[in-house]
Amino acid sequence: MKVVLEHLTKSFPSRNKKVKEPVIAVNDFSFEIPDGELIGLLGPSGCGKSTMLNLICGLQTPTSGKIYFGEDDVTNLPPENRGVGLVFQNYALYPHLTVLQNILFPLQNLKGAARPSKEEMMNKALDAARLVQIERLLERKPSEMSGGQQQRVAIARALVKRPRVLLLDEPLSNLDARLRLQTREEIRRIQRETGITTVFVTHDQEEAMSISDRIVVMKAGLLQQIGKPQEVYDDPVNLFVAKFLGTPPINVFEGEVRNGLLYIGENSVLQAPGAPDRKVWIGVRPEGFLPEQAGPLRCTLSGVEVMGRDISVVASHPACSAAAIRAIISAESAVDPKAETVRFALKPNKVHVFDRESEERLRIELK
Amino acid sequence: MEQKNAKGWLYLLPAIAFLGVFMVYPLVDVFVYSFEEGYNSASQTFFGVGLYNYSYVLHDPYFLQALKNTFLLVIITVPLSTGLALLISVGLSSIQKLKDLFQTIYFLPYVTNTLAVGLVFMILFKRTPYTDGLVNLMLHWFGAGPIDFIDGPHWAKMFVLCFYTIWVVMPFKILILTSALASVNQDYYNAARIDGTSRSRIFFRITLPMISPMLFYLIITGFIGAFKAYSDAVAIFGTDLNAAGMNTMVGYVYDMLYGDSGGYPSYASAAAIILFAIVLTITCINLMVSRKHVHY
Repeated sequence: MKVVLEHLTKSFPSRNKKVKEPVIAVNDFSFEIPDGELIGLLGPSGCGKSTMLNLICGLQTPTSGKIYFGEDDVTNLPPENRGVGLVFQNYALYPHLTVLQNILFPLQNLKGAARPSKEEMMNKALDAARLVQIERLLERKPSEMSGGQQQRVAIARALVKRPRVLLLDEPLSNLDARLRLQTREEIRRIQRETGITTVFVTHDQEEAMSISDRIVVMKAGLLQQIGKPQEVYDDPVNLFVAKFLGTPPINVFEGEVRNGLLYIGENSVLQAPGAPDRKVWIGVRPEGFLPEQAGPLRCTLSGVEVMGRDISVVASHPACSAAAIRAIISAESAVDPKAETVRFALKPNKVHVFDRESEERLRIELK
Repeated sequence: MEQKNAKGWLYLLPAIAFLGVFMVYPLVDVFVYSFEEGYNSASQTFFGVGLYNYSYVLHDPYFLQALKNTFLLVIITVPLSTGLALLISVGLSSIQKLKDLFQTIYFLPYVTNTLAVGLVFMILFKRTPYTDGLVNLMLHWFGAGPIDFIDGPHWAKMFVLCFYTIWVVMPFKILILTSALASVNQDYYNAARIDGTSRSRIFFRITLPMISPMLFYLIITGFIGAFKAYSDAVAIFGTDLNAAGMNTMVGYVYDMLYGDSGGYPSYASAAAIILFAIVLTITCINLMVSRKHVHY
């Protein structure tokens, strides 16, 4: 089921008595989710991700704009008529019901012709349980299960009615690091097996990048960028997106384009033929540094962390907006941990240039 | 280990001593009294030990009247007040405007003095040579004849007592239930909405189980409180409850000790033990029923 959002806006009346302006949680949002894809909705806390999800599932109605599931306009449909499944951040499993009763619950709500027979209900519930591999826990109460297991039950409950769209609200944030890795693979597998269009909300960029077909980056209710994870990472449209994606994060320097050269402080680091002179932000991905004896970027070395496959070089530079620069270089390259300075050359495709004022990406050719 | 145990007991000593002297000892004493026939508190003597006190109490028409009144009161007021409180709480938690105002109004009876309210009820219901009272005035509009609620037929008096009791106990229940309802995570309701759960199903399958511990607490304390009713009856019908036919079990115990016909601690003790046995039984039944229906 394709999901289309058209100029979706949601504002809330201001609670502040002095400022009457409404709070805009989602601002003129348009995008299309192709059928059967897993979309990661990504942004910092408070950027309107959850509001977005509530709009799609119908718990909230948009102030303006339209939502389509396939060809159907569902903008004003109540949630139960939209055919959505939602997995809550805290799972919202009914604590007094067993796993089986929890999974059966949505089916038992059906009325009239849509209501399956008892046997069918049981079969559907068992199918859902099998899909998330909890068929041995059916008699347990939610409190008798681990977070990961509860998560699976929540997904089974959301899937048992075969929703047209599956929505997951920060599904992994209550799990420990190991389970998180496991469960995200699991979500990916379940989504592939069922082919249900899925929207996955998270503030963890790594999570979103690793399992999404496409990620949507949001900031303050506004759509920043939408695309395949690698594309967005390699080609961010502005400084916010560049900073938000990637661990360790991108290193940002104050810089300048002067006479066709790109400067970080007084170090001319790359050539920018034909670019007009201006002040810029320069973002360099951690993997964009090449240690070289005569490299143009001179940094003060603070430390070297060996991580096996890679080496993480921590350094500082007066033009850097953060206290420390983090560079990831391959373990073969030699950096003397006792040296005071380290010199880098930069890989042009890992360097992004942004306007100093608007922070929009400047499409400058670098060499 | 031994040392630690001794220390533990030492810490518990003050509490145990107080509870022992002021609770356990009197309880045991009442139990003992109830078997001592013809006990005289002045001379501290008694004729013998046996079940005569119980037999006397159980054959006393005043006690039987009190027993009947108490049971009626319990059976009528506990379900009604709890049910009404639940209804009002659900209503309160679903409105937005004026919620605080209503909550305050509903809570007012709780901070009002029982006897003062009883007096107001009496004035509302009582017939005097000059007026039939406000309630009878309203009944008259609907063509019903004047009923003497305070000195009239038993059912009318029972009605006033139940009405009054429900009115007095509801605020606390509403308070407890509104906070219980407010503490149910909104996500459960959202999840239910997305699944297309009907309102009645949400109420019976989600809301009720979620607040069942609080509801159960209210039912248990409601039963115990109603069995111990006394001041309510006094507030409306005065101290001579036997004459009014509106005595309760606690009232009977009090009368046996200090009333005009009083001075019989043995009978009072026997009645108190009977009351205790009844409350214990009912509470045990409640606990057994709750095991299946209350979800902690």
